[in-house]
Amino acid sequence: MSTVRLRGFGHRHAGRRRWAVRGIDLEIRHGERVALLGPSGAGKSTLLAALAGLLPPDSGEREGSIDIDGLDPREARPRTGIVFQDPQSQLVMERAGDDVAFGLENRGTPPGEIPGLVDAALRRVGFPYGPTRASNALSGGEQQRLALAGALVTRPGLLLLDEPTANLDPAGADLVREVLDGIEDTTQIIVEHRIAELVGQLDRVIVLEPGGGIRADGPPERVFATHGDQLAADGVWVPGHPVTAHRARVTPGETLLRTESLAYRPVFDELDGVTVRAAEALAVLGPNGAGKSTLALLLGGLLAPSGGCVTATPELAGADAAVPPHKWRASALARRIGSVFQNPEHQFVTAKVRDELMLGAAQPVRIDELLVRLRLDALAEANPHTLSGGEQRRLSVATALAAAPRLLILDEPTFGQDRRTWTELVALLAELRDEGHGVVAVTHDADFLTALDARELRLAPARLAAA
Amino acid sequence: MNRAAPIADPAAPLARRNPVAKLAAAAVLALALVVSLDPVAPALALAVELAVVPLFGIRYRVLAQRAWPLLISVLGAVLTLFLFAADRHHILTDALALGLRIVAVALPGVLVFATTDPTDLADALVQNARVSARFAIGTLAAWRLVPLLGQEWRLINAARRARGVDPGRNPVARLRLFASATFTLLVGAIRRGTRLATAMDARGFDSGIPRTTARRQHFTRTDTAFIAATCGVAALAVTVSVLAGTFRPVFS
Repeated sequence: MSTVRLRGFGHRHAGRRRWAVRGIDLEIRHGERVALLGPSGAGKSTLLAALAGLLPPDSGEREGSIDIDGLDPREARPRTGIVFQDPQSQLVMERAGDDVAFGLENRGTPPGEIPGLVDAALRRVGFPYGPTRASNALSGGEQQRLALAGALVTRPGLLLLDEPTANLDPAGADLVREVLDGIEDTTQIIVEHRIAELVGQLDRVIVLEPGGGIRADGPPERVFATHGDQLAADGVWVPGHPVTAHRARVTPGETLLRTESLAYRPVFDELDGVTVRAAEALAVLGPNGAGKSTLALLLGGLLAPSGGCVTATPELAGADAAVPPHKWRASALARRIGSVFQNPEHQFVTAKVRDELMLGAAQPVRIDELLVRLRLDALAEANPHTLSGGEQRRLSVATALAAAPRLLILDEPTFGQDRRTWTELVALLAELRDEGHGVVAVTHDADFLTALDARELRLAPARLAAA
Repeated sequence: MNRAAPIADPAAPLARRNPVAKLAAAAVLALALVVSLDPVAPALALAVELAVVPLFGIRYRVLAQRAWPLLISVLGAVLTLFLFAADRHHILTDALALGLRIVAVALPGVLVFATTDPTDLADALVQNARVSARFAIGTLAAWRLVPLLGQEWRLINAARRARGVDPGRNPVARLRLFASATFTLLVGAIRRGTRLATAMDARGFDSGIPRTTARRQHFTRTDTAFIAATCGVAALAVTVSVLAGTFRPVFS
């Protein structure tokens, strides 16, 4: 177990004017389980990277001191472990056991001891398969468990967790939290957007103040009781602060789109009677791998089905209704059905935020209003690829809103958003719905579902033949 | 699908050879055949190569499925030479020699990668050929992400269609769209690569501590004999071609 000490710590990334994090005085004792909270841009991830020894001296300017058991984080690295958000880009090896062994090999562990340690680590995280299991054949939650095994196998005194459940469905997130709760002999520091489910297993919550310093520090109940309202207003997801619901004010209108024996093999087949109506929100739910994103692409006219069909009604497509959406010209498609992808970067085609919104905009006048509402006005001239993850997500939603299609399909629109952006997005979508647009959202987010008063479509788990 | 995934029975006598030995054998054959321009040497080498295919645990039908893009490209090269070569004198033998040469050089490569697990290859390169772990393991880790690129490419193009961007039949617009989609693909690949490098860094990769290996790769006497036998086949092919009077070295 490790003790972490920071005295007036600050870090400024090379080439930036603003300090990413500054004025941090902290002591985290052996075995404490701590969550770092704060609005977007408060420096949570930078602080975690500093603790993991991932900020080399040439990465920027440092002030104050930071040490783990009296050592500089770079020297303490053999006794720290870190797990990141995206499972795909932190697993190194093809087979599960080899991946867990990777950290041991790097530390020069004698080969004879490796298999035993690997097996113990896999057991510790409740990994349900053998060590030769291909890491690509695992679900997101299982991959994160494997990443945890890879971090725990070296018996770290300090475990750092950078949004480890943000990319997972609720079942996968449960798997990860369960493992974290069972770890007894390690100090844990976690950064996570949604912590309501995690609060029960935390000893302490530290809230960073954007611009420097610490706003609050203490047991979760006390911090949320005294600072909860302010935190919620700043965009932090605070447990027990429900979000506003937007009841549908009009009854659902005409059908816009329907499916008949729709199939996309091997993901799913015979999906019958899915209807998308005007002035209604439809939420597509189901575990990872059930084909939710595939369905969104099929409904969006972006993928040719392998069987059955998606039919647009004359209400949506006029004379084109005889033709399936995936055969429409792109310009006609974008006027009628807008799609917002999970990875916003896939959709950017211009070099400026404003141009991105101008492209295909229905009413150019509304663009400035949209920029302000989604807090992108200061970034209007920036290159979309340089925005932060949250800003990119807001921009991709804004581009679809600017085109004002009759039907809008969104894949995980609230992924990793802070509470403020989330609230704004939901309000915009509710407005669209009440104006008579159809809204379809693939989501794991139960709050989103309730807030939009959405009808549920639950996809069954896929029968993965290949896995 | 990952085209390099093993399709062979891993227990077959030649499939089991050390990956470095297999690579070396393929290199020996390639070198011998690249220097000779006649049809006899590659024909002989190819005959031997085809004869040992079952020893790699691969069935001929599976091999044909895996190698058909190669055969088509060979046919293209031969046809081009046949139609457009300036020297019309030995055109038939030249075209035949070229076709045989490409197949005889490429087939060992196909066999090596069809019978070798990428992880084993990287391990053997580090342990038996003293390639740096930084290079071999780094490449291996990046290799895991390659199949994602195809998926990514399809999504990027779907996303563009969703934005109403459609080049239609205009070739200039097509090219511009292709360039911008490639840029997006690259941005994503670099981002993912950087994240992977950070994760490897955080797990102590390349930190200066001497690395140990969890999986042993053995380079045995059988492996040496295998390389020697391949050298023999290469020498035989060239000797026969010289004796038959057809040998034409590339640098004469």
